[in-house]
Amino acid sequence: MTVTASASEQRPPLQRWLVIWAVALAAVLVVFLMQDTFPWAVNYPASAVVPVSDWVSALMVWIKSNLSWLTRSITAVLGVPLDFALNLLAKNFKIGHGAEAFTLPRLSWVGVCAAAFLAGYAAGGRKLSLLVGGCFLYIALFGQWTSAMLTLALISIAVPFCILTGLFVGIWGWRKPWAERLVVSPALDLMQTIPTFAYLIPMLLLFGNSPVSAMIATAIFATPPMVRATMLGLNRVPLEIGEFSDMAGCTARQKLWRVLLPSARPTLMVGVNQVIMLALNMVIIASMIGAGGLGYDVLLALRALKVGEAMEAGLAIVALAIALDRLSQAIAHKQAKGRVHQEANAGLWRRYPNLTLAIAVLGVTTLLGLFVPAFAAVPKAITFTTAPLWKAAVNWVTINFFDTIEAFRVALILNVLNPLRAFCEGFPWLGAVFLLGLAGYQLSGLRLAALVAALTAFCAITGLWEKTMATVYLCGISAFIACLIGIPIGLMAARSDRFEKVITPIIDTLQVLPSFCFIIPVVMLFRVGDVTAMIATVAFAVVPAIRYTNHGIRQVPPALIEAAKVSGCTPRQTFFRVQLPLALPEIMLGVNQTILMALAMVIICAMVGTRDLGQEVFIALSKADSGRGIVAGLAIAFIGIVADRLFSAWTAKARAKLG
Amino acid sequence: MTEMIEQASSAAGKDARPVKLACRNVWKLFGANAAKFIGERDGKASMADVAAAGLVGAVRAVDLEIRQGEIFIIMGLSGSGKSTLVRCMSRLVEPSHGKVEFEGNDLLKISDAALIELRRHRMGMVFQNFALLPHLNVLDNIAFPLSIQGQDRATREARAREVIELVGLRGREHFYPRELSGGQQQRVGIARSLATKPEIWFLDEPFSALDPLIRREMQDELMRLQTMLHKTIVFITHDFDEAIRLADRIAIMKDGEVIQIGTPEQLVVDPATDYVAEFTRDVDRAKVISARSLMRACEGAEHGGTVAPEAKISSFSAEIVTAGKPFAVVNGTGKPIGEVTPQAVIDLLAGIERPRAGA
Repeated sequence: MTVTASASEQRPPLQRWLVIWAVALAAVLVVFLMQDTFPWAVNYPASAVVPVSDWVSALMVWIKSNLSWLTRSITAVLGVPLDFALNLLAKNFKIGHGAEAFTLPRLSWVGVCAAAFLAGYAAGGRKLSLLVGGCFLYIALFGQWTSAMLTLALISIAVPFCILTGLFVGIWGWRKPWAERLVVSPALDLMQTIPTFAYLIPMLLLFGNSPVSAMIATAIFATPPMVRATMLGLNRVPLEIGEFSDMAGCTARQKLWRVLLPSARPTLMVGVNQVIMLALNMVIIASMIGAGGLGYDVLLALRALKVGEAMEAGLAIVALAIALDRLSQAIAHKQAKGRVHQEANAGLWRRYPNLTLAIAVLGVTTLLGLFVPAFAAVPKAITFTTAPLWKAAVNWVTINFFDTIEAFRVALILNVLNPLRAFCEGFPWLGAVFLLGLAGYQLSGLRLAALVAALTAFCAITGLWEKTMATVYLCGISAFIACLIGIPIGLMAARSDRFEKVITPIIDTLQVLPSFCFIIPVVMLFRVGDVTAMIATVAFAVVPAIRYTNHGIRQVPPALIEAAKVSGCTPRQTFFRVQLPLALPEIMLGVNQTILMALAMVIICAMVGTRDLGQEVFIALSKADSGRGIVAGLAIAFIGIVADRLFSAWTAKARAKLG
Repeated sequence: MTEMIEQASSAAGKDARPVKLACRNVWKLFGANAAKFIGERDGKASMADVAAAGLVGAVRAVDLEIRQGEIFIIMGLSGSGKSTLVRCMSRLVEPSHGKVEFEGNDLLKISDAALIELRRHRMGMVFQNFALLPHLNVLDNIAFPLSIQGQDRATREARAREVIELVGLRGREHFYPRELSGGQQQRVGIARSLATKPEIWFLDEPFSALDPLIRREMQDELMRLQTMLHKTIVFITHDFDEAIRLADRIAIMKDGEVIQIGTPEQLVVDPATDYVAEFTRDVDRAKVISARSLMRACEGAEHGGTVAPEAKISSFSAEIVTAGKPFAVVNGTGKPIGEVTPQAVIDLLAGIERPRAGA
């Protein structure tokens, strides 16, 4: 009794929190109703806006004018390998100028496709070989070869760069706990919540509209998972292996490079897979600042509303994404399983038959390309385009179902989206700061409250309040619908192995698709606007809700379920009273991820004409207004951080309760 | 009374071997300012003092000497500090206080470079979970300690093949660790630790992760290796039967302290505390106790046979009970120094305690 009594003195019990929340909500309502008396509390006064964006612009101008020697030399240095890769895969080498210029051909498409088959075979057997090779063949036959190879060339230079940087930063963070706590982790959090668009602006300003700036943006965006994987992998190496290396007399350097990092290889490979997928996603988006390739094709087609072309390029991206993902995953999987012994002292050919064969095929077909044009470029005769088909399909749908779709769209806008939007945009900024701060205090304490309130206030005092709330509204409703769809699917998957088998490949595929690809089919049906953005966002963000729910239910220890059954629970009771409560923290983690993914997607949906922070960044990008873009980008990141921290605190609390 | 002299002289014979490794009042405390805490108290603190300072005493006031060529077993339950103690001996864990002397030189005072040299050439260690490198095959795993010393491929692989032969893994050179069974993996671990020809060999619960049959086989293997190699062995275990099978001497640890050091027989015959007695209670005494401990002065009866003083009772119990006559205990020169009666053997086998004449 004394224990509970003292505990309740320290912390107000639930009852008291209910009262506090009621009072707080009432206070905010009062402020809202009396907005004539306190207009400054509802709409942030324009006169008091802190011109952060001007400061940032000034800083960027200063950097640009004073450090141009640096940015230029970076461009020059990075340009060399990039040009090489671009020429090798997509563009041909040109040696000399003018009439006597000699052209060395790019790698033959036949050879690259054959190499893809062989790589798939080496990494995962016949099935993977067919999948990977098939994806490349698809790209070739559907006439997307050159664009796809441009994209692949950018990735092939950006990814090693990301891996090396990630490795070194990760090692630093692992060696120095203070660096991990104070520098690396916060930087990673920020890097992963800042929207992809916002990266482009400073790059555009510093490095110009070129593949190099696209590559740098890609490298920055795709590095964090490698850093995390390195730190995780090194920490996971069994203690005994570290002790062994000490006892064998390794120096610190030998220990790291010859013992710890090789032992951590499976985890590192998971990081590499994520780096590749993020790089692909970003290269597509970076087409806006000169990356070219498939992303640029989609962008051009979308701008011109050429649905068929956009769909075709989008499908090529999907093919590339699936090929790269499955290939790198198979390699990672192989690493995790460990190697199988081979004969001693086999030659290169015997040890790496697929690699040598691939090199030989590439060489031969490329040489043949010098004489037989069909090897150099995909002959027009064998390519076929599906663009008219897609266009016809869309036309058919719009002709036959226009009224239904339009009615649905209008109803959604009028009855759901617009009222919600009005509510969010009219929400007093001071009230939001106060309520979120209160939530932070209840969930974790004063520090979280201060952080949440400060980040929310930043969105208001930079004059972006209305746009922030427009983002919150679209992101919120999309995440809500995604959870509404995803959690029941996850629950079903957890209860039926057969359903799980069906759903797993679908969500795996959804997860590897670059965010761009979700917009295209929706635009075809719903044209531009909030409805399109919402549907695309829901499709993009539904994956973690399904995955975490399924995993959360399934990871409930079987012993507990047996205990429930033995005590006479019906299946329904077992589910609602044992499995669901125990899975709740995991499900909340999934909701958290869903919100963050929805936020990332909502921003990209600026391309289909939303009116929120994403649009602000998009406009800033087209005007190359770095201050405006970066501040809006920070505001987006802060929305993400506030949501993430509050949810994490909630999850942690729920976990602690379960013990 | 000849008995006493005999015991003393045989003990002195053992002591003649030089001390290889010694711990002098070694402490390892975990917690803030642990070294300062114990340093200020000049290496003296009770368990209560340690707890009051908010520290955890993993190893407390350990004094022991390990002699060249002996199998010294550190035995204790989990959490008793035995693993920490063995790591203090090789400085994998830095002791908070005290001295660890390797051939008389304080290990804690030598430079990092000297420590690396020492570990490269004179120490070897085998781990409970094998600690094999997953990305290297058997041959490369075993050659790894040599490779980091900078030996060229031919030399180190020749040596690796020698030890592979020694532990009976020929034909498995190009297998990767995950392709081997637990027992084979530990053979690789043993071979790897022997590749550098260490003088002192630390084995940290090397057989605990193996199933009982394999464990027995590996214990025999270890004994076979030791008869060939004569290493100084520090062996950690929580299994008293294993300790008795292998040990020359055993140190029993509890709560970070060494509570008794002695031969298996001494521990069984003369446990220092109830805790030690508890451990030794279920031991098959006939396999531990020697004729010397059970003999009494000759009473002139006819002898049915002779045994050496070191002979374990189990080695002649069947014969003496069948013969029904006392056996003479004879020393190296053939002179009888006492006798063992069938009744004493039966009492021992049956677990009956009787006051003995010599005790």
